[in-house]
This record gives sequence, structure tokens and C-alpha cells, in this order.
Amino acid sequence: MIYLIISIVLGIIILIMAFIALYHRNLKVAILSAGVVSLFASILYLLLDAPDVALTEAAIGSGLTTIIFFYVLNKIQRNDAEK
Amino acid sequence: MLRNSLFLIVLAAFAVIAFTLVNAWHPAESLSPVAEHYATNGPTEVGAANLVTAVVVTYRGFDTLGEVTILFVTAAIIGFFLSLFHSESPEQTDRLMPASEILSTASKLLIPFMLVLGIYVFVNGHLTPGGGFQGGAIIASAFVLLLLADPLSKLNHRIIAMVESVSGVAFVLIGLLGIFLAGGFLDNRILDLGTFGALLSAGVIPLLYIFIGLKVGSELTNIIGHLQQTQKNR
Repeated sequence: MIYLIISIVLGIIILIMAFIALYHRNLKVAILSAGVVSLFASILYLLLDAPDVALTEAAIGSGLTTIIFFYVLNKIQRNDAEK
Repeated sequence: MLRNSLFLIVLAAFAVIAFTLVNAWHPAESLSPVAEHYATNGPTEVGAANLVTAVVVTYRGFDTLGEVTILFVTAAIIGFFLSLFHSESPEQTDRLMPASEILSTASKLLIPFMLVLGIYVFVNGHLTPGGGFQGGAIIASAFVLLLLADPLSKLNHRIIAMVESVSGVAFVLIGLLGIFLAGGFLDNRILDLGTFGALLSAGVIPLLYIFIGLKVGSELTNIIGHLQQTQKNR
């Protein structure tokens, strides 16, 4: 029962964060909230007894992808500033 | 008006298709035949305590080879295009802000532990959750932390490329050995299966996962390193 409540709360947070990631004007906030989506999704996978997927999601989804997005955002903004 | 009604018709058609799909779905009450074979015969055939690893590395080992190849091609393309549009100029990195005291101190403490955790995850891939991909990603995040704490540090791309190609070749060679010494490509019964649950068990899976982990770790580190080196200052 407690797992069900936690899962529902996590799902609602994921939906809110995904909405922010899509519609927020500041791209940094959008990238961070996309990372938070992955982080909470990995907890959800753990609750659903899929620790292998949870490990992958936590390491790649919320760690590396966020960093890569920030690097790319930096590159894009610099290129815009030059023009 | 005509376009809008066309859209409506297409939407309605999709709604009908989706509804029939959802309506016809019912939860499976037993495992499918393939899944049942894996679940009942996996421990004796493969000898891996983590059944997911048995499926990923042995039963579906060919898919894993494909995934590793895709990651390799991605890393190669990113490296190629970033070095194509990036002109080397030494003064680009000298105005970089130093990392904060907390980040640089914490990274010195954390990086060795992260590397050990990554190695643990892929060495124990056949016993505990995790495996080559996860361990490789953890190792790559250790290098990300290194680059964040000290942006001027340069990764040695020659060593990374060497580790990557050696482990890729070793992965395929072990797979080919399986054809001659065991049942087929990427069969894990080249070595003795050993005692179920021991560190040196499940045939060749630990060896394969070490190579996959090294390959994935070096590929992801390579991507991050290329992105880091081609960043510009304002």
C-alpha cells in the first residue's frame, strides 16, 4: 500500500517535471527538470523490481545526459552570440 | 475547412484503432513460452544468479553486440564532427573560472570510490543487478566529475581509444570462440560454469562484462571529453 502511494506521488512529480521541461522558458531549468524526470523514474523502476533498468536510468538518464545537454546548450548559445 | 475535417477524420480513425488495441489487451496470466524457458532453464544453462544478465549477455548476446556497436558509431561520429568544426587555439581555455573549493575537494575524495563502484558493478554483473553498461556509465560519470572539478585537465584520447578497441576486439573474439568451443556465437560455456552464485562462475560472462564495461566507459568518456575540449569561452 505504501509503495502504491509512493509510486503515485512519484508519477505526479514526473509529470510535473516533464511539463516544466517542455514549457519552461529558461533552458537550464528545462534541462535540470528533464534530469529530475530520469532520477524519479529510476526510483520508480526500483519500486517496480527492475534494479538493472534503475541503475542504467540513474547513471545515463539523469547523470550523463544532463551533462551532455549542458555542454551542447553552452555551445549553441556561444554560436548564437557570435552571430 | 476541408483540411480541418480531414484532420478530424484521421484523428477519429486513430481513436478507433487505439481503442480496439486497448480493448483487446488483457494482462498475461502466465509467462510467454520464451520467458518461461529462460526462467526455468536459465540458472542451469547459463549459471548466472542474475537472470537479466543471462538474457542480456548469453541468450540475447547478439543484441548486446549491436548496442555496443551503435554506441561506438555514435561516439565516433560525435568525435568526428566536433573536431571538424573546432579549430585548435591555445588561448581558449585560459580564462576559465576555477571550480569551487567544495567541488574540487569532494571530487578528489569521490572519484576513486566511483571508479571502484563502476568496476564492482560490471565485475559482479552476473550476480547482482547491473552489468557492463551500468558500470561503464558509472566510470564515465567519475570522469565527468573530474572534468567538472578541473576543466583544464585533458583526457588522453589515445589511451581511451586503445582501451576501447582492445575490449571491442576481445568481445568479438570471445564470441567467435564460442562457435568453436561451445554451442554458438557468444555462448558462455567456453569456461566451466562453476558454482552457482560464486564470483568466478557463469562461464565467460564475467570476462565479457569486463570488456563491455571498459568499452562503454571509454566510449562515454570519449564523448564527454570531446564535448569538454570544444567548449568556448565568452
